[in-house]
Amino acid sequence: MTDPQHWDPSRRDLMVSVAAAAVLAAAPELAKAGAGLASESRMPTYAPVAFTVNGEARQLEVDTRTTLLDALRERLHLTGTKKGCDHGQCGACTVIVDGHRINSCLTLAVMHEGSEVTTIEGLGDPDNLHPMQAAFVKHDGYQCGYCTPGQICSAVATLAEIKAGVPSHVTEDLFGEMLPTDAEIRERMSGNICRCGAYSNIVEAIAEVAGRRA
Amino acid sequence: MPMKFDTPATTNPIDQLKVVGKPYDRIDGPLKVCGRAPYAYERHDVVENPAIGYVVGAGIAKGRINSFDLAAAKAAPGVLAIVTHESAGKLGIGKRNIAKLLGGPEIDHYHQAVAVVVAETFEQARAAANLVRVDYAPSKGAFDLHASKDGAVKPNMGEDEPDSATGDFSAAYEAAPVKLDETYTTPDQAHAMMEPHASLAAWDGDKVTVWTSNQMIDWAASDLAKTLDIGKEKVRIVSPFVGGGFGGKLFLRADAALAALGAKACGRPVKVALPRPLVFNNTTHRPATIQRVRIGATRDGKILAIAHETWSGNLPKGRPENAINQTRLLYAGEHRMTATRLATLDLPEGNAMRAPGEAPGMMALEIAMDEAAEKLGIDPVEFRILNDTQVDPEKPERRFSQRRLTECFRIGAEKFGWSARPQVGAWRDGRWLVGLGVATAFRDNKVMTSGARMRLSANGRVAVETDMTDIGTGSYTIIAQTAAEMMGLPLERVDVRLGDSSFPVSAGSGGQWGANSATSGVYAACVKLREAVARQVGIDPATAEFADGEVRGGGKSASLAGVAKTQDIVVEDAIEFGDLDKTFQQSTFGAHFVEVGVDAATAETRIRRMLAVCAAGRILNPKSARSQVIGAMTMGAGAALMEDLVVDKERGFFVNHDLAGYEVPVHADIPHQEVVFLDETDPYSSPMKAKGVGELGICGVAAAIANAIYNATGVRVRDYPITLDKLLDAMPEGRA
Repeated sequence: MTDPQHWDPSRRDLMVSVAAAAVLAAAPELAKAGAGLASESRMPTYAPVAFTVNGEARQLEVDTRTTLLDALRERLHLTGTKKGCDHGQCGACTVIVDGHRINSCLTLAVMHEGSEVTTIEGLGDPDNLHPMQAAFVKHDGYQCGYCTPGQICSAVATLAEIKAGVPSHVTEDLFGEMLPTDAEIRERMSGNICRCGAYSNIVEAIAEVAGRRA
Repeated sequence: MPMKFDTPATTNPIDQLKVVGKPYDRIDGPLKVCGRAPYAYERHDVVENPAIGYVVGAGIAKGRINSFDLAAAKAAPGVLAIVTHESAGKLGIGKRNIAKLLGGPEIDHYHQAVAVVVAETFEQARAAANLVRVDYAPSKGAFDLHASKDGAVKPNMGEDEPDSATGDFSAAYEAAPVKLDETYTTPDQAHAMMEPHASLAAWDGDKVTVWTSNQMIDWAASDLAKTLDIGKEKVRIVSPFVGGGFGGKLFLRADAALAALGAKACGRPVKVALPRPLVFNNTTHRPATIQRVRIGATRDGKILAIAHETWSGNLPKGRPENAINQTRLLYAGEHRMTATRLATLDLPEGNAMRAPGEAPGMMALEIAMDEAAEKLGIDPVEFRILNDTQVDPEKPERRFSQRRLTECFRIGAEKFGWSARPQVGAWRDGRWLVGLGVATAFRDNKVMTSGARMRLSANGRVAVETDMTDIGTGSYTIIAQTAAEMMGLPLERVDVRLGDSSFPVSAGSGGQWGANSATSGVYAACVKLREAVARQVGIDPATAEFADGEVRGGGKSASLAGVAKTQDIVVEDAIEFGDLDKTFQQSTFGAHFVEVGVDAATAETRIRRMLAVCAAGRILNPKSARSQVIGAMTMGAGAALMEDLVVDKERGFFVNHDLAGYEVPVHADIPHQEVVFLDETDPYSSPMKAKGVGELGICGVAAAIANAIYNATGVRVRDYPITLDKLLDAMPEGRA
């Protein structure tokens, strides 16, 4: 039971302000920019950024708060990359940047000057599927389809990591040949949630592309 | 007049099984794997440059808003409008909503929407939303189901009775030589679908179109009209792709209502997605339960008396979690009782999540069955078979339309190697204590009126239009298969358009009724199209055959393309179901088998093998149906091992309201999963002779895991989820 006498909800704000004040005390140059939450009402800062997306050079002027995910979805209309949580918790926004898979919601667009970004649209299209895309269709490695682009980008990068000998938590022999076992695939894919629960099929699709099974 | 299904199906064109019943890849698959399937927030193709709405959720669980201070937010860069209850104008409440979608001045639950801030960009809307100041007057609320249990009351459940009684349970239970009386708990759970609730709204005069993510298009249209206090004919809902629902998108939610209100306020299209941390407390969830199960049996294992009582909580006017439903039907036994009680809680609204009722009900009942079998010294598979029934145990004159539960167990036991089940705690594999568990899967088969429109064009293609949704279930594909089979066309010549309120009203996606009901609606419309085509070429519709793109009969034949050469042929029909689901009990059945390893030192549980054997009528597409079952098994694994919305009992909200705090299974948690479908048809269900499978798979699987953990460790946990802290203290000696 909540006793309203002993709980003043505005205290939450007070605590935030105290925390903000502590940060500001440690960073006087920030304090000049505006006090605590009021700084939110500043005019946005825009900055140019140029990167390559799916082989195509793109230049944008972005609000510096714009994530790579929102730059792709809202500015470039590459909506294949999904926003599931915006907090790096679900993996739906996985894209491949300079050869590595990342959560595009956890990185700002302006941090990617000169980056090479590959999204699901860059892997293949319905008339010309990437082998991983084709394997997901064949093995029914999806249901609602919302996590699917992230799963596929993650899967392509996962096989590249294994091929490059990058170890994982379940790698038993760090010096031996690294194989795309089910355990390796599951471990490395665990940052990509599929709430529909297609995991069993996704692992089969990835294993097939890895050449492990026909 | 819609087609009425009130006598069992006889032979019909679906029985040819040239297309239906085949494991086709999904026809929407290439779009999905290429990121080209457009979800609600992504409709750059229909609206250019919409403004963005960001939702502000209530910071208290119960009380009133004294006042807003919107000055800073309104002055923030890019802000176009702010809508609160003070500025929204007169709003209604949807028939299927319990709490208002825009709260204020009263607050009904934590994170109930209190404002939407609309700005030019997402970044600006989010920043401005953080500047909204709300002065609340909180009041006391009730948030603890266990503390409220004694005050729970007999709820009004409409047509359903909260209590049932057959024979004399008390006396029979007292007299039974073997008795089990245990209480189980299940926690609040979240749908946690991957696509957050999202909507894009655009007004044209007094009409509004909302591209949204919703399972039930017609419900959404009615309830949006009611919420906005406008005529239903002024509302169009479009939802061709839904990024998961599981019951969480059965109803109109705040994203749709606030996108429409925001768009009206700023005079331009607005899109709104619920930020993930808002989803858990703003929307609905599966309510927690406390369940008491009593089983009295003869020494040779015949159930004499069975009772199941359940307690859950909800907001005022909310419904109980009907966790006793399956116990009225599943096992034999002359003396029976069930009871449902409901406490008033001021938590967010409890409502349907995948297999509402049966999912948590089976979590309790199927541990109880395992415990009773152990007391009796009978194998749990044999105990269930021994108490199988072919009739409704409360009304023996009413038989099941089809019930092959025993076969599911026999086939599953053989395939899984059940006979190798060890004595409790006796199987050690390195650091792992290994155990096998089993449980029944059971879920009612529901049917719903469903309509469709068919168009045959001069290019020889058939288009199906229905407001049915595909929430990952495979609706696009099975509807195309149905139309192809009926019209004698290859699958590639059928186009399927779904999820639009301008199409005929369908069953929608819920309660595992979607596949069977919606394809039956398409069947009805195809019968009408066949008649129209046959008549046009002068063939008796009763004897016309449709094959290879032609209609044939009476020595004549014509290509379908030719028939529509001068004008498209368009027909519409629907199926309505009579009372076959009342004169016969229609259910779906299965047996879950699970092998777990429990780390002897840490009590960490790992699932090693899973098998489900299902009897669910005709399987329209074995590939997508299997996916439904493995997905449900995965969600059941979450229910068994990790899923738990933790209640802050002081402040009244779910604390772990994001995808890091609310844990769901990931790749590493799920092994290879096997599914076997019995080859069967149920002519009492529909002309398709199919039933649902999407919810069957989750029913019982959590208990099978719990029972396997017990078999591995000897520790019986009756309080879900079975996290290692609940096992650790009771683990066997010498565990390291």
